[in-house]
Amino acid sequence: MPEKFDVIVVGAGPAGTSCGYQCAKNGLKVLQIERGEYPGAKNVMGGVLYKQQLEEIIPEFWKEAPIERPIVEQRMWLMDEESAITFGYKGQAWANEASYNNFTILRAKFDQWFAGKAQEQGVTLINETVVEECLVEDGKVIGVRTDRPEGEVLADVVVLADGVNSLLAKQLGFHHDIEPAQVALTVMEVLKLPSETINERFNLEDGQGCTIEMFGDATKGHLGTAFLYTNKDSLNIGVGATLSSIVKVKMKPYELLEYVKNHPMVKPLIQGAEEAEYLAHLIPEGGYHAIPKLVGDGVIVAGDAAQLVNGIHREGSNMAMKSGSYAAEAILLAKQTGRFTEDVLDIYREKVYESFIGQDLKKYKDATETLETHPQYLKEYIPMMNRAAREFFTVDGASKREKQKGIFNMFMERGKIRTVQDMYRAWKVMK
Amino acid sequence: MEGDEIMTKATIEEKQYLVRFKADKESHLKIINQSICLEHCPDKPCTYFCPGEVYKFEGDRIQVGYEGCHECGSCRIGCPHNNIEWKYPKGGHGVIFQLA
Repeated sequence: MPEKFDVIVVGAGPAGTSCGYQCAKNGLKVLQIERGEYPGAKNVMGGVLYKQQLEEIIPEFWKEAPIERPIVEQRMWLMDEESAITFGYKGQAWANEASYNNFTILRAKFDQWFAGKAQEQGVTLINETVVEECLVEDGKVIGVRTDRPEGEVLADVVVLADGVNSLLAKQLGFHHDIEPAQVALTVMEVLKLPSETINERFNLEDGQGCTIEMFGDATKGHLGTAFLYTNKDSLNIGVGATLSSIVKVKMKPYELLEYVKNHPMVKPLIQGAEEAEYLAHLIPEGGYHAIPKLVGDGVIVAGDAAQLVNGIHREGSNMAMKSGSYAAEAILLAKQTGRFTEDVLDIYREKVYESFIGQDLKKYKDATETLETHPQYLKEYIPMMNRAAREFFTVDGASKREKQKGIFNMFMERGKIRTVQDMYRAWKVMK
Repeated sequence: MEGDEIMTKATIEEKQYLVRFKADKESHLKIINQSICLEHCPDKPCTYFCPGEVYKFEGDRIQVGYEGCHECGSCRIGCPHNNIEWKYPKGGHGVIFQLA
């Protein structure tokens, strides 16, 4: 007879661990199953973890968690081939514990720490185990079958936090096949660089960090972004673009990464750094329209598996943790009623959609698709803005009014109506 | 380190050498029907978009170097003919990220 748990959580990333932690803390018997050698072995992200959603679970977690640097500055670059328009925000508020906003983290270390905290709450974690399928009886998920001998385990609720590919949600028919336009293929490297050198190059105090997001030429104008984040004594540099655009222009992702590393804006910052790891991952970018069915009888889908990522604001791990928290709340409620059916667990879906997760994804629901079908924003306007800035700031005897007129005409060369339409469309999908 | 050239590890071989893999004996990736690649897929996008360069067209077939797979799932979604059978490697096997 297979062993029975209250909850089985598939996956030991931010969503699964958040859910497992809170279920165990409230007395439920939780089994968490991870396919990697350890939690984090299969997990990749650029590296920004927002504070709020984890602090709700573990107050003042940064005092013991393996964080790299609290971020005090966020820079944004709109890049052309040899230039960039730069803007951003730096503030001391983000340097104070009481008002930290986010941190860089390295996932292998961080995920192990977080899963360890869940174990302290009573979660049973087994690594190196693949869940091959959900066990379904009369339309209700009753457990899972793993790749271990006699690998069947039962539970009242199975939480699918099995990541972007979520083969298990697919098995249940919760989502259709993911389209190449709905995922960003991202490659990244960890570059070793001494802490003092990072501080000097990025103008940082000890123990403070900076993030740079890059648009435009960083992806050669294709839909995507590049990023450069500061860790304690390393940098994470990465670039991602929709799989559809990579297929279309026949890019090799690692060659695009090399292109970014050699860009004149980037090169001086990473000069002399030593590559320590190379990683690839898919980021769910389908947004609101790509959210699968989230709840069924005896089953909940959370985190990347539920495609809960806000690509415009690089938020994902925080949404994963929050969805894990909502999943735990729903399961605890179901435990009180003794019924684990879809209508009881549906409170999870409601909470996800009513919270900032659902609202933010809804706000940008058409942004990715609009940028994909209208490549002019990244491909034409960003280089144009760069030319305009150079023109305006270059002193060459022409009057400022003449320069302004020249720039205006440059933007209108595409046709006045078209330009106005482009601006309106951009406002509409971002508003 | 001095000089203009910062790219000490620019090739895919050098990059892959930075990654720890614990390869299984069997492949978790399978081309379902090689003749589709040969006859109906002139571009063979898997041979360039795969970040681990797992897929190589050699002679008349796609060779699958599953040992260097990052398990990202791009080929599962990006193969224009849905011609790749994609599973996770057995528990504990496959890529083992050690940093990020």
